[in-house]
Amino acid sequence: MKLHVLSVLVEDKPGVLARVSSMFARRGFNIHSLAVGPSAEPGNSLMTVVVNADEIEQVVKQLRKLINTIKITELDPAESVEREVMLVRVSADPTQRSEILDAAGVFKAKAVDVGATSVTFEITGTPSKVNDFLELMRPYGLMDVVKSGWIALSRDPKNRNLRAIS
Amino acid sequence: MKISVAEALIKALEFEGVEVMFGHPGGAILPAYDPLYDSPIRHILARHEQGAGHMAEGYAQATGRVGVAMATSGPGATNLVTSLANAYMDSTPMVAITGQVPTHAIGNDAFQEAHTWGITMPATKHNYLVTDAGDIPDVIHEAFHLASTGRPGPVLVDLPKNILNTEIEWREPTGKVDLPGYKPNTKGHPLQVKSAVELILAAERPVLYTGGGVIAAGASAELMKLAEMANVPVTTTLMARGAFPDTHPLSLGMPGMHGTYAAITAMQKSDLLIAIGARFDDRVTGDPDSFAPNAKVIHVDIDPAEIGKVRTPDVPIVGDARTVLLQLISKLERTLDGAEISAHSDWLETIEGWKRDKAVGYDQDPAGPIKPQYVVEEMYRITGGDAIVVAGVGQHQMWASQLWKYSKPRTWINSGGLGTMGYAIPAAIGAKLGMPDRLVYAIDGDGCFQMTMQELVTASTEGIPIKIAVLNNNNLGMVRQWQRLFYNERFSATDLTDHTPDYVKLAEALGCVGMRAEQPSEVGPVIEKSLTVNDRPVVVEFKVDPDEMVFPMVPAGGSNDNVALSLEDLQ
Repeated sequence: MKLHVLSVLVEDKPGVLARVSSMFARRGFNIHSLAVGPSAEPGNSLMTVVVNADEIEQVVKQLRKLINTIKITELDPAESVEREVMLVRVSADPTQRSEILDAAGVFKAKAVDVGATSVTFEITGTPSKVNDFLELMRPYGLMDVVKSGWIALSRDPKNRNLRAIS
Repeated sequence: MKISVAEALIKALEFEGVEVMFGHPGGAILPAYDPLYDSPIRHILARHEQGAGHMAEGYAQATGRVGVAMATSGPGATNLVTSLANAYMDSTPMVAITGQVPTHAIGNDAFQEAHTWGITMPATKHNYLVTDAGDIPDVIHEAFHLASTGRPGPVLVDLPKNILNTEIEWREPTGKVDLPGYKPNTKGHPLQVKSAVELILAAERPVLYTGGGVIAAGASAELMKLAEMANVPVTTTLMARGAFPDTHPLSLGMPGMHGTYAAITAMQKSDLLIAIGARFDDRVTGDPDSFAPNAKVIHVDIDPAEIGKVRTPDVPIVGDARTVLLQLISKLERTLDGAEISAHSDWLETIEGWKRDKAVGYDQDPAGPIKPQYVVEEMYRITGGDAIVVAGVGQHQMWASQLWKYSKPRTWINSGGLGTMGYAIPAAIGAKLGMPDRLVYAIDGDGCFQMTMQELVTASTEGIPIKIAVLNNNNLGMVRQWQRLFYNERFSATDLTDHTPDYVKLAEALGCVGMRAEQPSEVGPVIEKSLTVNDRPVVVEFKVDPDEMVFPMVPAGGSNDNVALSLEDLQ
């Protein structure tokens, strides 16, 4: 199984997210992450869907078959920008706090909340960097973790249409 | 002019050319039934919403036009779901209109509320929950457009009661559709067409594997032209029966689990499968890994998602079956430029041998019991094949497909993909309304009959003179066949009990004429007699041999290399 990053332009209509997730469930496709928000064109939304699959062709075709899907592009990690946001609350008693803050500094993670026994960091980066940071924090004790899911854009603006696979 | 959305709905349906629709009223859809009272659209009151849905499907399958069904919210809508799923599987153009609880009540578990939009999402090509009253004319137009173009299918429009009652300014639908992501590709890519023609010219053992897409596209004449031009034998799947005449020398009949030995084996030994509007269904391929192992594949389909779903083709062609067939014919003509094309004499001779030596017959003992196959053959003989045959699902369906010689598209109507028992009676009603001048003869089983027999009341009260042959073996025959073959003859829950119900009395109680044949000698005469009644529906019960089994057979999931022609072959 391999992760494939799909950028999916859909009409911003009620229930379009339900259509996409229902289709994935029905066909037995595995969503690794899904993020959606308004796109540059008014009336449309851009989804970044990360799919865990051996073969992506059938996933793309079934997704394309949904009436509200306008365009699908598979993004090559080497030629696109991929980002994820994570908020993580780490257990940090006063004796460990400075060590944790130092480690976070290396990753340019921002301390957004400091409590008596914990620190909450915000980190933005490639999904692998975010994961590395999570592993770095794990030994201190993870209290809460929340991720935004992947979002991604092609690096080449001209590629927007050329690289569309359907 | 201000009118209610309910009135606008009926006007929009009239605008789409709807002449007949099928439905059942109820609370939430009541507003739409009021303007329907004055409309030229004929409404057929079904006795169950599932029946209304299948009637719409039968109408669509017989005519190629969009079938329309209407139901109320909650149970009305959920009762429609089977027909939507059935239409989706068989790519039948259909528009379903459902009432919904008022928008302010949605989500409150209101009386007769069901989440119709969510429930029907995976059973429709597309669906709508209308929350903006002004949208209605365009939504209905879009629904018809989606149902009937590209790969046809069912579209549902869910209408909350308060929306139906809202007054809007009537305007005719603009005829434009705002579907930026929906642009079905109808013309095959020229390079792929060229590659396909190269494969056709190089093939030694080609087979045309044709599916329901050929009928949907109205491509029978083009299919015939290509087959004859390139001397390629033709298989017609359960959904394609009639797309190519069974009487034609190049016809192999039906492939798949209960297909002919010639069709199954020709595909297995083929070096080129030309699949047109077919989808490599498991009932056709058997074990897909051992299906047609040496064949290259050209796959023509209007739905790109079907191409490569089961079998990766050598030449994929996305397009409408008729358009692509015309492209193939024209490219073939230009490529040949008057040169001879292979007659495939050895291949056709081999196939002829299979057709001759491996045909499955049956023996009708004059002393009885009646063999179900004999009934179908007698029906074919007496009607001259000039009928629209409608079937449910099970043994009777397979015999009706195997033993009737179909020669025209849209003369065979059945539930293929979903396998919906009880399809025949309501679908026959729909077909007869679409084709009132044709003889519509359903061939049904007793199990199927009992699932939707209440629709006989619809047929008799509405004056729809369909005919139904019930092949009564007092059993759920196909299930029983599997129990006999794979479950040690433990006939669990398949016995429908002798003489219950009394089909003749039942038919008469429901306003039909009832007839019965118990001996082989009665079969022909009772069929003749059934043809003389044209003012009422006729139900003819044939008491047939419960032990008769459908052959040929490839057991589910097995390899198509092992075709059983009889019980002995499986033991």
